[in-house]
Amino acid sequence: MHEDFEISIEGLSKIEGHASLDVKVRKGKVESVKLKISENKRFYTQAIRGKQFQTVPQLVSRICGTCSIAHLTCCTEAVEKALGIKPSEQTVLLRKLMAYGMMIRDHAMHLYLFSLPDVLGKDSVLDFDEREHELVHHAFEVKKAGNDLSKLIGGRAIHPPYAQIGQFSRLPDKNETKQVIDELKKIRSHIFELVRIFYECPFTFRKKTRFVALTTEDFSFLEGVIKSSQGLMIPEAHYWEHLHRVILPYSQAAGFEFEGKDFMVGALARLNLNREKLHKETRRDLSKYIRMFPSENIYHNNLAQAIEIMHCIDHSIEILESSDFKKETKKEGKIKEGKGIGVIEAPRGTLYYAIDLDKQGKILYGNLVIPTAQNQIKMENDIRTLVAKNLDKDKSVIQSEIEKLIRAYDPCMTCATHFLKVNWI
Amino acid sequence: MIFLELMNDYFFEWEKIIDFKYLKLLKSKNELKDLDVAFVDGAISTFKEEDKLKEIRKKSKKLVAIGSCAVNGSPSNQRNFFSEDTKREIKVILDNFGHRDKVSALNEIVTVDDYVPGCPMEESKFLEVLNKYLKEFKVV
Repeated sequence: MHEDFEISIEGLSKIEGHASLDVKVRKGKVESVKLKISENKRFYTQAIRGKQFQTVPQLVSRICGTCSIAHLTCCTEAVEKALGIKPSEQTVLLRKLMAYGMMIRDHAMHLYLFSLPDVLGKDSVLDFDEREHELVHHAFEVKKAGNDLSKLIGGRAIHPPYAQIGQFSRLPDKNETKQVIDELKKIRSHIFELVRIFYECPFTFRKKTRFVALTTEDFSFLEGVIKSSQGLMIPEAHYWEHLHRVILPYSQAAGFEFEGKDFMVGALARLNLNREKLHKETRRDLSKYIRMFPSENIYHNNLAQAIEIMHCIDHSIEILESSDFKKETKKEGKIKEGKGIGVIEAPRGTLYYAIDLDKQGKILYGNLVIPTAQNQIKMENDIRTLVAKNLDKDKSVIQSEIEKLIRAYDPCMTCATHFLKVNWI
Repeated sequence: MIFLELMNDYFFEWEKIIDFKYLKLLKSKNELKDLDVAFVDGAISTFKEEDKLKEIRKKSKKLVAIGSCAVNGSPSNQRNFFSEDTKREIKVILDNFGHRDKVSALNEIVTVDDYVPGCPMEESKFLEVLNKYLKEFKVV
């Protein structure tokens, strides 16, 4: 048993963005856990003030490389609500497809490239042996299919130009649509294997957890009611009232509590709260794995992500095969003063945007809450529990267990530091 | 991110010929030393980043700025253009976390040998620069 020691991990690896961690143990007790997000603030909240509403979704898309589609789509929803624009059914379908492409690509990046090395006991995907190499092929084929789906709809997988307020400026090409359907069908078999790997993975960290997610009727991530595991049902516009911002003086990003307690958002929360809405083919083919939920094992976040990839493939194929997209007139609203709130499920969890416009359509105020900020306090509390349970182990073992657990959460540090409130000193 | 997306098509080719010395996105054991070419993304906002960039420069024969933030600072440098009021509002954060007065593109701090502009960076230009250095360092 070690009585006094410290763990400092400078620059956590295989996550999105930069973070470091300090753990202090004194007299056999964990005294402090500080997960420090060292990614820089870029002050988007200030930067969008005074800007004309049309330019803002594409600007906030730059908050994050990997989930730019989530920021773009959520901010677009907030602006549309502020202006009273109701997007057409076709636009909503196209947005779902674009988001599915992002989910497939982003989850595949996390599962194959960041988490799989932990499962296989390797440092990196670059160290995989001959036998494991097939999985690397799968990784890039799955990522590419997601990328190609977003590209088909949005024109580009990162910062997609066709996705606009009130419309898509171009419609998917018919030949390319066929190719993407073929690609999606082809990667479907890879996902069976991926799901099996994370199902069989022995990693376990169980803790009583409050889960929160936007629950959509067709599991499409974009619309619905926010549900919590204690049974609360919250309309999008009221989400902020249930959140409490917690200032963490050592981190460049704030954390959040839900109803005054730590909580978790993301794939595990979505599967726990809404799995019966997964696509019917996914439910049919993966029933054995879906039965693992509800689960309080944090590592099942990875299993949940793998199942979500299958859902995104199945629902995308159905939409693409059954839709005949036609040119529509752009939905426009009258420029006016107004407030709009958008909530969607980004790959890592619930994403919230609030936008206030003045009567010329300029941004008066913008606020956003990203998934990693909502998980931050829970991550720290879990690390505290993990360290306390493993005090008899070697420091290097504790350190790698911590990194593994953080990775299971799939945090995104780039997103976490977009904004600030200055009243914390 | 575009680099990871390019890997969809080029991973198996690059894996054979490129030794990735420092790539935290994919590896936890990284070594910053004796680099032929360093590809650096992002703009420089803190003193710590400034030091890191200088260290990378010292340890690399060539340095390439990739993406709009690294090439011209934008949009990460938006605070440079804030009004005096907004600058006052964010000052406490800047002071607390060791930020410089302004956000800079890489070439304001070190010599940059090549540029891949765009947000996200332009794929074809990246491949052109990479291939140029693969030839120059006689890898291919």
